[in-house]
Amino acid sequence: MSNPAIPLNDAPSQVRDLVVIGAGPAGMAAALAAKRRGLDVLLLDEQPKVGGQIYRSITETDAQRERILGADYVYGKSLAEQIRASGLAHWAGASVWQIDPDKTVHVLRNDRTTRIETKSLVIATGAMERPFPVPGWTLPGVMTAGAGQILLKNAAVVPQVPVVLAGCGPLLYLLAAQYLRAGVEIRAVLDTSAGTDWRLAISHATSLLAGWGYVRKGLGLLREIKSAGIPFFKDVGGLRIDGEDAVRQVSFSSAGRAQQIDCELVMLHQGVVPNTQVSWSLRAEHQWDDEQLCWVPVLDSWGQTSLPGIYIAGDGAGIGGALVAEMQGALAGIGVANSLGFGASEDGAQQRAQIAQHLRIRPFLNQQYRPKDEFRIPADDVVVCRCEEVTAGAIREQVQLGCVGPNQTKSFSRCGMGPCQGRQCGLTVTEIIAKEAKLPPQDVGYYRIRPPLKSLSLAQLAAGV
Amino acid sequence: MAGIASPASGSSDVLVIGGGLQGLSSAFQLAKAGLSVRLLEAEYCGRHASGVNAGGVRTLGRHVAEIPLALAAREQLWHGLADIIGSDGGFVPSGHLQVAESEADEIKAKARVAMLNGLGFFHEQWVDQQQVRELVPSISPHVVGGIWADRDGYALPYKVATAYRLAAEKLGVQIVEQAPVLRVDHQSGMWQASTAQGVFHAPWLVNTAGAWAADFAAQVGDTVPMVAGGLMLMVTQRVAPFVKPVLGAMGRPLSFKQFDNGTVVIGGGLRCEADASQRHAMVDLNRMPKSAQTVIDLFPHLRDVSIARAWTGIEGFMPDEIPVISPSARADNLVHAFGFSAHGFELSPITGCIVAELVTQGTSSLPISAFRVDRFATA
Repeated sequence: MSNPAIPLNDAPSQVRDLVVIGAGPAGMAAALAAKRRGLDVLLLDEQPKVGGQIYRSITETDAQRERILGADYVYGKSLAEQIRASGLAHWAGASVWQIDPDKTVHVLRNDRTTRIETKSLVIATGAMERPFPVPGWTLPGVMTAGAGQILLKNAAVVPQVPVVLAGCGPLLYLLAAQYLRAGVEIRAVLDTSAGTDWRLAISHATSLLAGWGYVRKGLGLLREIKSAGIPFFKDVGGLRIDGEDAVRQVSFSSAGRAQQIDCELVMLHQGVVPNTQVSWSLRAEHQWDDEQLCWVPVLDSWGQTSLPGIYIAGDGAGIGGALVAEMQGALAGIGVANSLGFGASEDGAQQRAQIAQHLRIRPFLNQQYRPKDEFRIPADDVVVCRCEEVTAGAIREQVQLGCVGPNQTKSFSRCGMGPCQGRQCGLTVTEIIAKEAKLPPQDVGYYRIRPPLKSLSLAQLAAGV
Repeated sequence: MAGIASPASGSSDVLVIGGGLQGLSSAFQLAKAGLSVRLLEAEYCGRHASGVNAGGVRTLGRHVAEIPLALAAREQLWHGLADIIGSDGGFVPSGHLQVAESEADEIKAKARVAMLNGLGFFHEQWVDQQQVRELVPSISPHVVGGIWADRDGYALPYKVATAYRLAAEKLGVQIVEQAPVLRVDHQSGMWQASTAQGVFHAPWLVNTAGAWAADFAAQVGDTVPMVAGGLMLMVTQRVAPFVKPVLGAMGRPLSFKQFDNGTVVIGGGLRCEADASQRHAMVDLNRMPKSAQTVIDLFPHLRDVSIARAWTGIEGFMPDEIPVISPSARADNLVHAFGFSAHGFELSPITGCIVAELVTQGTSSLPISAFRVDRFATA
């Protein structure tokens, strides 16, 4: 029997020790590390099951899909199993649409908005694909390799027409290998990386050796693709996709020779970059990473941002891959436990050493798969902001008129103000302005990201009265 | 008035502090009156409330003291803006409709129209249920009538600010951006504004520094109880056209309009905290559910439309919600125009005219005594 003096519905709302946003490798590891140290943890994720993008649908997969997707994917099962066994609170289908400066997290779930108070926060929202603005990239029939892979993981959906894969980076080669295993017809792979500059590669010799495990996997994928007899074009430049209402053809040059391929489906990919929408919306400090050509949040040795109690782990902190993400998640979880006075204050040295070991390959990968300037800072006639159809040329004109940063492009042209709120064009806009104004990207800055972080209808907002 | 020669490179007839709409419009009118003008802006022109407000060109529902100014702005300036500054700023004469949702609203609305008529103002009209339906066929049937201002409309704030800026520069106004004014001094008939980009001098000073203006006023002893606040707006994804006029409600705070591109901007005096010293305000969506509810009460078909973005601009708010447009009560050759309390956009073109009159003639042809800077001063 409850005490009538304390009505249950007037009980003070619970303040969690930790809320983790994102149930990929970093988020799962952070939640587990904190939970094991006795913290009251809530793991939030948009998807129906844990796994994030990298281990998406890992709890639902079957033997055939495991064969197609490979051992690195199957590894995610162990994390998912630990989450299940830990009994920690996991809200699936929970979309975070705003975080207040006091760390209150606003969640939309089952059509209702909920407010969650917490003492600390780990943001593990991962990476997103780098925009790949080439002529024709907005045509129906063009999608990203990441989107293709999600369809494969989620629903075992694969293209029924021959596909051209264009770009560079591990995900592109991985998808090619997975498609081969799934029996998808790949018409060609167009590799836009500049080709190995051995002078630079040698300068990364230690990086190469230290990361040999990663390199071996990469070489294995390339071998798998090449031995399948798929046309593989190296050093691709001048890529354009043609068609009136849909893709008809791709044109490009490879090693100096003009090429054309007829096709209906093109998948583009030139690497992933940290998804910093959440950390920008919180006005955490960020810096431009010249090696990875993207924004990264400024973090301390535990992964804590410039905002006390708010941590970032995983690819959202800088691209390191799934295993690094997991280790960073654990480190952040320990950091949070320390800061809230749980358990023996651990120094995290072991995790940091592991992370450093796994990151040693990065300088080589960053150089090897550095997207070419022409594919990041496009020609004048290429659409940059897909939502509002703003071209690179229009942005250059705005710079000539005195536009000093991405936020002003909104006023000049609605660039970055459409449904995606700059997610698709943000990096491109920063780099175009930087080049045109002859400023470092750091000085050009980024969009001010406004709520809602995720789609929210008027009725859903109204229901939060 | 003759320009005063000075060996300092930073000398002009007038210094304007603040590159928002009030400052840009003032600089334009002062230059049009033949004065040399320099405008100092802390960040970039139109950065705060002036560039990101809802853009309502609204005479409807104004404080009685503001009506002569609002009507002059609309009739003399907004409807001919292209001829005056070379751009219409995206002005659309859509009309404004303030809906009455109940009998109580209707009584209130009719009383307001009668009161205005008694004062000789006829720009607001009562319209009945049938007329409302003709103006906005898609509106919910519970609406019983409303107040209609047919010559009101809306414009695009950043376009207007940019147009005023270009027009001012064409007349020789020098605009110095990224130049926050650290302090102002008045010595031997000259105003001096110190910035990181140098010290600027002029015999006249115009304070149009918006949310930061009260600090400059206080430096010369014109103390006003203004507070800085954020003013929130949100915009939806594109939807099929369903409403032409800008809409408000009698009984609850709301202002909303649909732009040509289909997006719907929702606001209506929704305030959030602002940190003026850090120059930013944080959107507080917790305060917006009621506005969302009002919108879907009036237009149930918008229930599932998504919100694309919510944002805010920093603005100065006065306790009586009318601005300061006034010569200084303490210092010579100083004019203030600030504290527009969330409805300065429509007034901005006329503010420039008034400021120019105060500088060149010492008096305004429009009634501005209600906006005295010392109206809150204790004797």
